[in-house]
Amino acid sequence: MVFAEHKDGKLRKIAFENVSLAKKLGIDFECAVIGNDVDAEELGKYGAEKVVHYKSDKLGNYSPDGYAKLLADAMDKQGADVLLLGATSMGKDLAPRVASRLNAAMATDCTQVELDGNNLKIVRPMYAGKVQATINLSSAKKVVTIRPNVYAADENGTSATVESVASDVDFKTVVKEIVAGAQGKLDVTEADIVVSGGRGLKGPENWHLIEDLASALGAANGASRAAVDAGWRPHDEQVGQTGKTVAPSLYVAVGISGAIQHLAGMSSSKYIVAINKDPEAPIFKVADYGIVADLFDVVPRMIEEIKAKQ
Amino acid sequence: MNIAVCIKQVPDTETKIKISDDKKSIVESDINFILNPYDEFGVEEALKLTDPENITIISLGPDRVTSAIRSALAMGAKNAIHIKTDSTPADPGITADALASVLKEGNYDLIFTGKQAIDDDHAQMASLLAEKMDIPAVNVVIKLNVENGTVMAEREIEGAHEIFECATPCIISAQRGLNEPRYASLKGIMGAKKVKIEEKDVTLSESNLEVVEYNYPAEKAAGKIVGDSADAVPELLRLLNEEAKVI
Repeated sequence: MVFAEHKDGKLRKIAFENVSLAKKLGIDFECAVIGNDVDAEELGKYGAEKVVHYKSDKLGNYSPDGYAKLLADAMDKQGADVLLLGATSMGKDLAPRVASRLNAAMATDCTQVELDGNNLKIVRPMYAGKVQATINLSSAKKVVTIRPNVYAADENGTSATVESVASDVDFKTVVKEIVAGAQGKLDVTEADIVVSGGRGLKGPENWHLIEDLASALGAANGASRAAVDAGWRPHDEQVGQTGKTVAPSLYVAVGISGAIQHLAGMSSSKYIVAINKDPEAPIFKVADYGIVADLFDVVPRMIEEIKAKQ
Repeated sequence: MNIAVCIKQVPDTETKIKISDDKKSIVESDINFILNPYDEFGVEEALKLTDPENITIISLGPDRVTSAIRSALAMGAKNAIHIKTDSTPADPGITADALASVLKEGNYDLIFTGKQAIDDDHAQMASLLAEKMDIPAVNVVIKLNVENGTVMAEREIEGAHEIFECATPCIISAQRGLNEPRYASLKGIMGAKKVKIEEKDVTLSESNLEVVEYNYPAEKAAGKIVGDSADAVPELLRLLNEEAKVI
């Protein structure tokens, strides 16, 4: 079963990625959607054939125990063995709860799932990506969360049958209110492009360079631990082992030397650009493209050239 | 108010992780072990909310984890329980079962964990404990207010914050931003040495998660230095557009 997460009624990309993954595994699956106003049929485009849409006025907002009960019951009812979720804020919160209810073992934030006979071969990063662990879940039922942006969402399906089920689940806790983050900004874990700055920026007063480059590229702003510890940037922008792990298509590291804990959080990005004046900076070891020069010369030029092309 | 803080001992972030020759384990000999950074936020929050006498640090693992327990005690907490095992279980479900059985014996109004341990990165514990103990949990909390048994917890999600309200007892997993953990004072460090750590033996449940092998991530091929001045920018953008096709 694939739990298809949505945000404000819009299905998230990870839902499509997981449908594509399930389809690729070649197993029978169905999707579960929870919430009233969601275009659940869209999952068909990515290969879902059957979608069960659980509707409830009470579950408009996320309820950890309510969603968990509903999904565990759905797994039982369908006789499903595997539940795939996204390793998102909701997925990470919810998945262990469902696992516990099903007596299932669970693997978090997986980057590779293959069918190995009747079993699953699962690979997941540990120590923030310093090592990759191949793991085996031996319980009858298994719960797996998949890292966003790892599997492609392939539009190779047609349409799905959507069955609506009125749900009347009891729950203890529910989100009371959702408040926008600092500026309701794009989160580094969700962005296709991330532009991060580090100590090389010399101070918060120069951060407009990162913001302007990010905005020219349609990217999210990230920061190194040094920049966050110095109080230049909020902690929710921190990329690295004690911050967020990201895997965007493009990661631009500006004035970041590349401490091991930072590399752990971003080295699985598809393409990495490093801009740093120190040719010995470890960031160049993981970068696909580098410019060894003063960021205060390079970044304004980048912004100018990108804007000129738009 | 009684508070338990569940902590884990982990390698520090600068540690280069070494895999054993048979690929089955991580070599521990060169590791500098520390208190999991996210757990520090839990310890600090507990100290802000109640008297140090009412705080119990709980950790499961082999004998070496007592050094992480002492680090948490050095911040000010006055009680500790060490759930002794031969090694750290690979399956978070086992740890959750053992912790839940010990936590149920205490009369805790609040239970803190870190939002994840920075070694196995499972981030499952608070949710697992919530189910096993049948009490609410809020994960990745950056703001907390506890008054007369009512908890307001603000949790970080992608680009926004969710606010939960629930009653005690409940579980909170702490995220960076919740507070600024204090540094242990010399007095705190000396005091921590005097605390008797209560030892508990538990029967561990069956493991359903096995690491078959560890591998290092694939080495990236050496990248291309496009240039050494801003004049390299047009070529960089061309490569990103035509070769990488990412912009």
